[in-house]
Amino acid sequence: MLSLKINGEERKVDDTDPSTPLLWVLRDELGLVGAKFGCGIARCGACTVLLDGAPVRSCSVPVAAAAEGEVTTIEGLADESDELTPVQQAWVDLDVAQCGYCQAGQIMAATALLARDPDPDDAAIDQAMAGNLCRCGTYTRIREAVKVAAGRAWEARKASPARDGGDPA
Amino acid sequence: MNAYDDLQSLAERMDALPIDIAPRKLSRRRFMQLTGVVGGGLMLGFTLKGREAEAASSFEPNAFIRIDADGILIHAKNPEVGQGVKTSLPMIVAEELDAAWDDVTVAQSPVDEEAFGFQMAGGSMSVPMNWDVLRQSGAAARAMLVGAAAGELGVAASELSTRDSKVIHEASGRSLHYTELADAAAALPVPEADSLRLKGTDEYRLLGRRITGVDNEALVRGEALFGIDQTLPGMKFATYSKCPAVGGTVVSANIDAVKALPGVVDAFAIDGNEAVGLLPGVAIVADSTWAAIRARRELKVEWDESGAASDSWSAVSAKAEELRSKPGATRPVDDGDADAALEAADKRLSAYYTYHFASHAQLEPQNCTAWRHDGIMELWAPTQLPGRGRQAVADLLGLERAQVTVNQLRGGGGFGRRLHNDFMVEVAAIANRLDVPVKLQWTREDDMSHDTFRAGGFHQVDAGLDAEGRITAWRDRFITFSRDGQRPVSGGSLRPGVFPAGVLENCRYEQTALEWKTPCGPWRAPGSNVFGFVEQSFIHELAVAADRDHLEVLLEMFGEPRWLAEGNPRALHTGRAAGVVKLAAEKAGWGREMPQGRALGLAFYFSHAGHIAEVADVSVNANRQITVHRVTAAADVGPIINLSGAENQVQGSIVDGLSTMLGQSVTFEKGRVEQSNFDAYPMLRMANSPAVDVHFIESDYPPTGLGEPALPPLAPAVCNAIFTATGHRIRTMPIAKEGYSIA
Repeated sequence: MLSLKINGEERKVDDTDPSTPLLWVLRDELGLVGAKFGCGIARCGACTVLLDGAPVRSCSVPVAAAAEGEVTTIEGLADESDELTPVQQAWVDLDVAQCGYCQAGQIMAATALLARDPDPDDAAIDQAMAGNLCRCGTYTRIREAVKVAAGRAWEARKASPARDGGDPA
Repeated sequence: MNAYDDLQSLAERMDALPIDIAPRKLSRRRFMQLTGVVGGGLMLGFTLKGREAEAASSFEPNAFIRIDADGILIHAKNPEVGQGVKTSLPMIVAEELDAAWDDVTVAQSPVDEEAFGFQMAGGSMSVPMNWDVLRQSGAAARAMLVGAAAGELGVAASELSTRDSKVIHEASGRSLHYTELADAAAALPVPEADSLRLKGTDEYRLLGRRITGVDNEALVRGEALFGIDQTLPGMKFATYSKCPAVGGTVVSANIDAVKALPGVVDAFAIDGNEAVGLLPGVAIVADSTWAAIRARRELKVEWDESGAASDSWSAVSAKAEELRSKPGATRPVDDGDADAALEAADKRLSAYYTYHFASHAQLEPQNCTAWRHDGIMELWAPTQLPGRGRQAVADLLGLERAQVTVNQLRGGGGFGRRLHNDFMVEVAAIANRLDVPVKLQWTREDDMSHDTFRAGGFHQVDAGLDAEGRITAWRDRFITFSRDGQRPVSGGSLRPGVFPAGVLENCRYEQTALEWKTPCGPWRAPGSNVFGFVEQSFIHELAVAADRDHLEVLLEMFGEPRWLAEGNPRALHTGRAAGVVKLAAEKAGWGREMPQGRALGLAFYFSHAGHIAEVADVSVNANRQITVHRVTAAADVGPIINLSGAENQVQGSIVDGLSTMLGQSVTFEKGRVEQSNFDAYPMLRMANSPAVDVHFIESDYPPTGLGEPALPPLAPAVCNAIFTATGHRIRTMPIAKEGYSIA
């Protein structure tokens, strides 16, 4: 039995095959279906989750490797008060999604980007999002939503400096 | 008729809708006859009377609306695969109901075509097919609520108005919320549809606004919405392996060895059933998806391929090359005398256009969940055509239709692929042998090898110009495919109404179908997505040959404003066409000076009753790397329902069109698809995605759909820009075949 740290909780996993991709453990065993199966070869990004804060393709990360770090899935983004994060809220406000299937992965990639670069320019956004395909072609809105979220995150930080450890300026 | 032919027949009728309805005005009955091809007239079954009331003390004037003390619920009748209909269709009801959008809860409807009419996500038909019915449903409920309020307040109905889910008596300042009127309204008779007054577009409060999708909050929280997310207690997980060449049958398989693998619950071969679209194969049922996929690596199947597809792209390409100099087998259009006009032309142009097969590549691989219980088969399906899937499952299992329940779940992209319900019959065949629910999961490799492909094609086009540079003759010799040797595959049919037929005096379309066994099916804007490339590129070639402005030539072709099929509101209207072309050109700055290696390209296409023009601003470098800086689109699809969704569809269609024309091709040898995943089937990424400006002309015609028509103009607009920038004419798709890539 493996133990995983997911969204801040310890979760036990029955699957004894350590090579099982994290994606299928999340989806089939733990009921966390936000990360999606798209290609199985780390080419589409639909399965993106964060491992120690960095975006990874969970279809190609063995569960044993994930057990060594902290996993964040889209279900773990909104805080306990159930309020959406600035990234999630921007996705709703800008009506980004069409079919919506890739968007959990897009949101995770954007979340990781903004955590390390709170005010990314277009090139930084394009680079950070390059591993996430959108078959419906919502890229224009995704880019806009990342910028909106960056603005919001900035405002939120200024409004409550204590929470994030100080004024970003 | 087998399942593929059946789908093809549906696709043909949808393709033909804009043009087969002429000349008389389209009556709703006629429209339904043409579109209601499923289940013999079920579409006509819609009634303004309700389904059986689901709860006591609720007001359910029809299938779409339920109002009770808790609130206002509107059913979204059609599957949602990304075109926003789960939001836009209920908006139409809410508008006529005068419900405040924030008060409305939207629920996906059951699959029940007797109550809801034909349920489909396809053909850009959701809005046009349901426009009247949904407006009437809202208006009928509103009238009853007003009647109820009149009784409660003791005033005449004529003194009452409605707004924001309330009936208001302005004279006294009193108002009643709809939720307070539900009981009283439920006791009133449902008004006749003819007695209802529907709003004019100038009275709209909700339609035309930007409304975020009703599922968006659940989506961004990662909640279970899609077919693949379906989970049931005790559920098992299955894979299904089919012969890589379609039609191969199972001779033997190492079933016992597979059954012994860890996590495997069962494994068995399944016979095919062509009538319902079930291919033969081997199912593996396991405790998890991964256990099934892992076990499948050990599966060894011997296939009998004697009756299987042996299709070869290189062989058909060579055959087409041979045929293009010979007259076609049929003449779907033969106006005037194209041959004589070509002979008499002052200048004659000849070109050979080709395009490859393409995959749907919807991001959610096919999947479906089924559970045989209590004498029924229940399915949870991400399908674009649930009613037909239900019938196919009933036919497969020998059940009555009523013994098959289908829950329609959100689909992670459709693009036409989910009109074919092979995943439903496969999971039903598997679940029928189990006592527990089972989810069938295709891999991407399954999906790409067993698609209903967009057919490739070949066009030898010839045209003539007179001394003034006007187009006087047009002949398109189209070489396409047929599975039965008679009917062309989906999208493989030039026909009357396909531009420029209808505006040219001498116009002939010839058609020859090559034998092809691999299934083909509707792919976003069937036919149009490739015909647009050929025709709009060739018109530009003619404008260049005549040394005339492309915009001027297009406008000249449209001529006087008129319907090309008199009295048919789904036909091409040359005035609407000219309107969008002029608007796109104006907004893009047509005619302005451009830097070296950069140019604007223009194209127009009419499909799904939508008039759309696009101008692409493209740079090309010496290595044939292109940058698409911006695409300016102008569309006339009548009044806009949800402005946010409408813009999203146009933006997305343009990105989809660009992605497909750049590098996507599916090739076949020995009946096998040579690409298996996204490493060999590239999709556009964000960095290469252009800015898109969208402009709508909200003409006062009934609204038409927007899931498809913005795609066809994109490829010719880009190729025309590349020509203007470089002098190199591209006549094949994807353009990677000519060494182009995107920077």
